[in-house]
Amino acid sequence: MSQDIYVVIEHLRGQVADISYVMLAAARILAQGTGGEVVGVLLGHNNQELAGNLAADQVLYLDHPALAEFTSDAYQKTLASLIEEKAPRAVLFGSTSIGADIASVLSARLDLPMVALCRSFSAGGKYVSQICGGKIMAEGELPEPTALVTMIPGDFKPDEGKSDKPPNVTSVAVPALEELRVRLVGYVEPEAGDVDISQESILISVGRGIQTEDNIELAEELAELLGGVVSATRPVVDQGWLPISRLIGKSGKTVKPQLYLALGISGAPEHVEAITDSKMIIAINTDPNAPIFDVAQYGAEVDLLDLTEVLIEMIEEA
Amino acid sequence: MNIVVLIKLVPDLVEELTIDDSGTDLERDWLRLIINEFDDHALEQGILLKEQSEGQVTVVAPDTEGVDDVLYAAAARGADKLIKLLGEFEQGVNSHALARASASVVQDLQPDLVLTGVQAHNDLDGSVGPLLAEFLGMPYVGYISGVTVGDKKSIARKEYPGGLIAEMEISLPAVLGIQAAEEPPRYVAISKVRQAMKTATIEEQEIIELDSSGGPTIGRMFLPEATERATMIEGDEEEVAAKLVEIFQELGLL
Amino acid sequence: MSYDTVKSIVVLLALLIFGFIFLRQVYQLLWLNLQRGQPGPRYGQWGQRFKALIVYVAGEKRLFRIFLPGTAHFFIFWGFVLLFPTILQAIFDGLLAFTGSEFLLPLMDLGPVALLQDLFTLFVIIAVSYDLYVRAIVDPERYQGSHKNEGVRVLIYILTIMVSLLVMNGARINLEADPLAAWRPISMAVGSIFAGLSMTAQVVIEETAYWIHLGVVFLFLIELPGGKHFHVVTSVPAVFLRNLEPRGRLPSAPEFNGDVGVSKAEQFRWRNMLDFYTCTECGRCQDVCPSYNSGLPLSPKLLIMNLRDNMMERGAALSSGSSNGVLNKSLVGDVISEKTLWACTMCYACDQECPLFIEHIVPIVDMRRNQVIEGLVEVELQDALANLGRYGNSFGKSARARARWTRNFKPKLKDARKEKVEYLWFVGDYASYSPSLADITKMTVDVYQKVDLDFGILYEDENNSGNDIRRVGEEGLFEMLVEKNMAAMEKSNFKTIVTTDPHTYNTLKNEYPTLNGHQPVLHYSELLDQLTTSGKLKFSKKLGYKVTYHDPCYLGRYNGVYEAPRRVIEATGCELVEMPRHGDRALCCGAGGGRIWMDEGEVKERASESRIREAVELEGVTAFVVTCPKDVTMYRDAVKTTGYEERLVIMDLIELVHAAMDLDSNDPLA
Repeated sequence: MSQDIYVVIEHLRGQVADISYVMLAAARILAQGTGGEVVGVLLGHNNQELAGNLAADQVLYLDHPALAEFTSDAYQKTLASLIEEKAPRAVLFGSTSIGADIASVLSARLDLPMVALCRSFSAGGKYVSQICGGKIMAEGELPEPTALVTMIPGDFKPDEGKSDKPPNVTSVAVPALEELRVRLVGYVEPEAGDVDISQESILISVGRGIQTEDNIELAEELAELLGGVVSATRPVVDQGWLPISRLIGKSGKTVKPQLYLALGISGAPEHVEAITDSKMIIAINTDPNAPIFDVAQYGAEVDLLDLTEVLIEMIEEA
Repeated sequence: MNIVVLIKLVPDLVEELTIDDSGTDLERDWLRLIINEFDDHALEQGILLKEQSEGQVTVVAPDTEGVDDVLYAAAARGADKLIKLLGEFEQGVNSHALARASASVVQDLQPDLVLTGVQAHNDLDGSVGPLLAEFLGMPYVGYISGVTVGDKKSIARKEYPGGLIAEMEISLPAVLGIQAAEEPPRYVAISKVRQAMKTATIEEQEIIELDSSGGPTIGRMFLPEATERATMIEGDEEEVAAKLVEIFQELGLL
Repeated sequence: MSYDTVKSIVVLLALLIFGFIFLRQVYQLLWLNLQRGQPGPRYGQWGQRFKALIVYVAGEKRLFRIFLPGTAHFFIFWGFVLLFPTILQAIFDGLLAFTGSEFLLPLMDLGPVALLQDLFTLFVIIAVSYDLYVRAIVDPERYQGSHKNEGVRVLIYILTIMVSLLVMNGARINLEADPLAAWRPISMAVGSIFAGLSMTAQVVIEETAYWIHLGVVFLFLIELPGGKHFHVVTSVPAVFLRNLEPRGRLPSAPEFNGDVGVSKAEQFRWRNMLDFYTCTECGRCQDVCPSYNSGLPLSPKLLIMNLRDNMMERGAALSSGSSNGVLNKSLVGDVISEKTLWACTMCYACDQECPLFIEHIVPIVDMRRNQVIEGLVEVELQDALANLGRYGNSFGKSARARARWTRNFKPKLKDARKEKVEYLWFVGDYASYSPSLADITKMTVDVYQKVDLDFGILYEDENNSGNDIRRVGEEGLFEMLVEKNMAAMEKSNFKTIVTTDPHTYNTLKNEYPTLNGHQPVLHYSELLDQLTTSGKLKFSKKLGYKVTYHDPCYLGRYNGVYEAPRRVIEATGCELVEMPRHGDRALCCGAGGGRIWMDEGEVKERASESRIREAVELEGVTAFVVTCPKDVTMYRDAVKTTGYEERLVIMDLIELVHAAMDLDSNDPLA
């Protein structure tokens, strides 16, 4: 039983995901409280070099062909045996397509407590989680003996989890990975979109509040006037009103524009985590309690359709 | 093909949410409960699979306010069997408790495939799917937006950021956490739901005890402090638009 | 064998053969097909029905809405009625060998009758010639899609029948075989053209004209069933049995074997099937349809024609037992496209215009009802319905937030659920939830308070009234909303309901169960009218603006309220200038029938924009007055997209009233 904080490093096709660095930064806060180390846990095959810029005190590297790319079964088995053996104070997972597949399973398998949707840790080592689409915060003591925590980006920036000095990497034996019930068949690339919104500097983004497909034309008109491009949240893309290349959020792209105009977007964490690098966020939403207003610099409670029409006119006149 | 879909009702975020007097939970009196959006997709995916390859869909849900309507609507959409779990679910129950409670019920149904939503917005202790999978001894893959089912295996399309998809082959029986069904959930006319109320029956399964260990204790629950709240622009559309034009000019966009 | 005997045999054979073909067709189409249809309501109100025959069939009233063609048809119709005996007479004349002596039908020996018939033969020729001119030269838009060739062919038939009759009569006069010659000036004039020829020639001419006459009559006869001229047979029963229910009351959903609505042609009510046969393909409905005119693929005329054709082919297939794929055609999908079905705004313009009272709206709603049950609803509409089902409003906002707009009023608006009020104000979704209508709603409160109106609202217990939900085909949701609203209203104590929204007005008045035995429902324009007429509401200012008024569909065409809002406008001191399409010809704004919740589709010119362009043609008119919240929304948009914002202000009637009462400084025209 140690006071170390483990961070399960997420990587996809040779790239370490930003959430891994975010978790390392968060782990640092925790470790300062517990007095333990920040330990990165890297599962893979012949890709030890991914540990190069992790801001960890040490990295445990577990190599096995079955771990080359993420599959739930293999990762679960490997981590179960590691956690059981090492019994750290906490293990951080991303609240992502990778982390969420394994954390809960381990909680049940190892009978260890879980905290989800965590965005930061207080100085006293309490977890701070965000639920109900970002509308409610929950805080409490980090459960014992080993807390399994899934994290959302929230308060930390990836840069805070990067380091120039490569950490110490130790190889750890991997248990037998036979009879795996999940196998990766292959990846399917997304359709090449017309634009790469992650490279755009002006984004007019539409959410549920846009109401109908026709209204998107208004957003496109505005985008054109400002030299930008239209992007969207999940509900809009699910309806097929815009292609998936325009999706911003956990399952979509992360963007860092100069101007992010959010029209009718509530600001759920899955979306907000992908826009926090924007220089200026302006949000229009008739719900005064929408969480988007917590990340925006400017906001207004007016009807977005009326506003967009008037805005287009005023810009044309100006 | 025996498909089980586990659904639950969650607070409707359209309504205003407040904290109760204890400061550690939501004020439940004013909550409106609606089906978890992702569970709705899981149900739709189950119905789609049933339509493609002749199967049976059983829907399992814990007893919370309004669950009967949701179950009848599921029947109207094509679900064959409805099971309501009776127990102390009114005050909200965490995923660990729900997973334990439904595990034996689901086990008895001997499913080939178990579908549930990949997450719910109030899952402070993680989502119910992976937990249920472990209690059932089945494999789990989440963030699924497409499923094909073969003889002993299933191919599921798993979503990653940026629109990337990973095709995973999973041995059945398995639990899948659905992100999106292949078609958006179909509309069910109210009269069809009313008809289902007359023809469908909801079976009840008594859950003796709820074991919620495995979740965190909540020290306090609160509404996010608007530390960095946006500067709100007052006025009607014209006034707001005028201010925005100013901002755009300052940013050098106009 | 003598000529007469041969002639009699031929005529008899022709009568039997053509008659059999005609009757067999009528049997299949009217008897067999209609039997397959669903039952209709019981019929009553015979007095009104007979009156309708006089006004609309004998009087051809609706036909005169397009004046010259209407007049022409009036003469053709009366010509047909008056000259029908001459056809019968011709047949009798042809059967001489069997009947023995000349047999004259009653009245055919009267001079004045002969004169009338003779004159009308000429009138018919003139009318038909005019119609041929219209078809050939003018080729109006409303005929696009109709069977134009059939139209021309039949006109030529009629012309031939008339001319051959005159020639026959003329020859007879020349043969001095007509005792009523003096009473047939036109025939005499025609006969005089060839009077110089020999007697034999006259006989030849007479017989030739006779054969042509009879031949074309029989050709016409067998062409009648199933085509645009079938109305000759079906129009009288169709008008006689027309729907006398209030226009704004839809029939309940047809149900058979668990299926709701119509998914196959034979599931229509037989009464609607009769309508399909009665369509003359005149296209008057098409001309006034806002969707058709905006470029959407809906023509009420083509809809009926397609339903008719499908009904006939299915009838034939079902009777013969052979289905060559006909029975596999889906009604919605193959026969009527989904886009067509959902393009209808339910404005009633087509039903209003049709000279034979064909109902277009009921079949559309019945088909929509089935689509909804099958879940075949487009995504945006689905979302709106889901919101309406869950929250009782189409905005997807919390039901609890419905009365938030009343927050700042002092004194607080009375809660009709708790205290007795004289007027229950059913506010409606738009006035409650739409921020852009907040100013108008506030003015309404100001006006009511200023006249000391004893009113209250239902606060959060009010739900969408369901008018458009019913017209979208979601009958179950409509019933649920009715239950909720009735529950709230039954607990309250009030005398009259007043509402700002004509859609709400329509369904509360016509489709909701009666409350406590008596349920007067007023539109606020009617209330204002009552108040101004009785003197309770006096205006301190005379506004003096030149305005035009747009009749909302559910106030005007559906419920006949045309004068009340106009009286109020004039009472405020404004000068009212009518748009060409006003009253029951007003052009729908395009939001009804649930379309405001749907994808707009590919529209060439929005109905709302066409309306604005119509209004700005009126010289000196600066305001466009409306009395419906959807009109406010649609026209405020349209005036921007057409670029006429400076020229025309969209004003709700309450704004005029508010200004004339000098209640506030916010007069947009000041």
